[in-house]
Amino acid sequence: MHPVQLTAGSVAIGGRPVLRGIDLTVETGEFVALMGANGSGKTTLVRALTGLLPLASGELRLFGTPFAEYDAWSRIGFVPQRPGASSGVPTSVWEVVASGRLTRRRLLRPLSRADRAAIDHALEVVGLPDRRHERVTSLSGGQQQRVLIARALAGEPDLFVLDEPTAGVDLPSQQALADALGRLKAAGATVVLVAHELGPLAPLVDRAVVMRDGRITYDGPPLADHEVHDPSYGDPHTHHHHTDGAPTARHDHAPHLDLPVDRR
Amino acid sequence: MSTIGFWELLSLDFMQRALLAAVFTGLAAPAVGTYLVQRRLSLMGDGIGHVAVTGVALGLITGTSPTWTAVVVATLGAIAIELIRSRGHTNGDVALALMFYGGLAGGVLLTGLGNQSTSLLQTYLFGSITTISPTDVWVTIALAAVVIAVCVGLSPQLFAVSHDPEFAQVAGLRVTAYNLAIAVLAAVSVTVAMRTVGLLLVSALMVVPVATSQQLTRSFRTTLVAAMLLGIAASVGGLLLAAYASFSANVAPGPTIVLLSLAGFAAAWPLGVWLRSRQRLRAPFAPIVPEGHDMADHDVAHGHVHGEDCGHLAVEHGDHVDYVHDGHRHAPHGEHYDEH
Repeated sequence: MHPVQLTAGSVAIGGRPVLRGIDLTVETGEFVALMGANGSGKTTLVRALTGLLPLASGELRLFGTPFAEYDAWSRIGFVPQRPGASSGVPTSVWEVVASGRLTRRRLLRPLSRADRAAIDHALEVVGLPDRRHERVTSLSGGQQQRVLIARALAGEPDLFVLDEPTAGVDLPSQQALADALGRLKAAGATVVLVAHELGPLAPLVDRAVVMRDGRITYDGPPLADHEVHDPSYGDPHTHHHHTDGAPTARHDHAPHLDLPVDRR
Repeated sequence: MSTIGFWELLSLDFMQRALLAAVFTGLAAPAVGTYLVQRRLSLMGDGIGHVAVTGVALGLITGTSPTWTAVVVATLGAIAIELIRSRGHTNGDVALALMFYGGLAGGVLLTGLGNQSTSLLQTYLFGSITTISPTDVWVTIALAAVVIAVCVGLSPQLFAVSHDPEFAQVAGLRVTAYNLAIAVLAAVSVTVAMRTVGLLLVSALMVVPVATSQQLTRSFRTTLVAAMLLGIAASVGGLLLAAYASFSANVAPGPTIVLLSLAGFAAAWPLGVWLRSRQRLRAPFAPIVPEGHDMADHDVAHGHVHGEDCGHLAVEHGDHVDYVHDGHRHAPHGEHYDEH
């Protein structure tokens, strides 16, 4: 029973095929890095694996269950790309981490002792227990990223899916991040992460999957960063402009009006 | 000279109904407002208020209770706004604007067609809490109680969905359902507050207490609770102030409530600015010890010993404290200070 099994998966955004013919099976306990140039589809792939983007064709199974019937959400810990200063209301570190516990809480029940213990443990693993009462926005970028990892960890999942955890994070924080992920790996967690460059995460990676233009071009033992950007795998090394995702062609100056039925 | 005093005025039936309505609106509006501010939809309450004008007008010309027609129309409008927002692209605000003005124009036009006086409509636009009927008070209390119960009871879920919808979805929460719930709650509290502050000022009672409380708070929960308390303080305080002033002038309660709420914000804002700048200055420096050993000559120049209460900002730096002054960071080292 594989944590993730995607067979002949394809994803279309706004009718345009973005990912084609993706076969990806992740074994229990594996640490997989999805790599590739910007726009190669690695973020799209993790969004499809977590159900945030629907598959146009192909089959996705999570822990052996077809996605449509899947409901064991507490087994998946998702770490999205760090949202900027997006929240409009002050939010403490503890509150963000506690929201990761929702996968295991029932409606209208107060936090149990086990919930509190899991939240405390998650804060300790990422090394931020003494910052729990601070505003999330007062932390540095790398610390905010660790808060998001703690949030996923609080739900005690078996599979972690991380989207660009190292993007825009300074080197000392990347090391702290790598330490936290190392602890998860040692505890037997399965990890799938998107990375433009591995940096301090490199020693943890068991398997690299390199994408190019929406298809998998390499799947095997870990590669060094410069090999990933080898012309045979992807575009010539275009530098790190983090503009992943579909091309944004509509930038006219007329106010744009969508009908309620228009899909993004 | 008036024939009754202030305290006698408060004991009158209509005034007690008004006070009850003020307490419940003051609690409910900021409770929903916190989630709207969290999702950066502060003006959604205003939009729903405009749409509700059409609902009130429908009630006036058909002879049914404007409260109920407003609830129905505002709820439909809120659901439409939410669907446009979630399905459309970020410039959906233009579509929302069209809806706001459509609602307001529709309301005024319908009132005219039904030969109703616009002054009747005006009591809904700017509130007329002192003319609220006993049935309306009970409806207000019941609806407000539902809003408060949902906003507080489901706060973990509503918080997660408004804070990070993508994470919430992967955590198995039904994000669309919760978002629609917030929209409906907002519509209900708009109609609840309609009699108190009026449809055009509703949004103020939803947003201003939240803006005030977040000047001083660090967590979502305290912001929510403080906003609800500030909401009560503003609505009850504004009503009492208007009642007290009514002996000498014609003071409308709705605008008084809103202005009192804004005065609270004006008082809290400088405090918030000061707290934030203080926190920024005192944030610990990254625990990287500089290479080399750069001695400061300042103890010679100033003849000054750094320590607690020395007047200079003390900031944590790894395992020691740096004293900040005149653009330097001085760390004590034996007999002298190092430049850090």
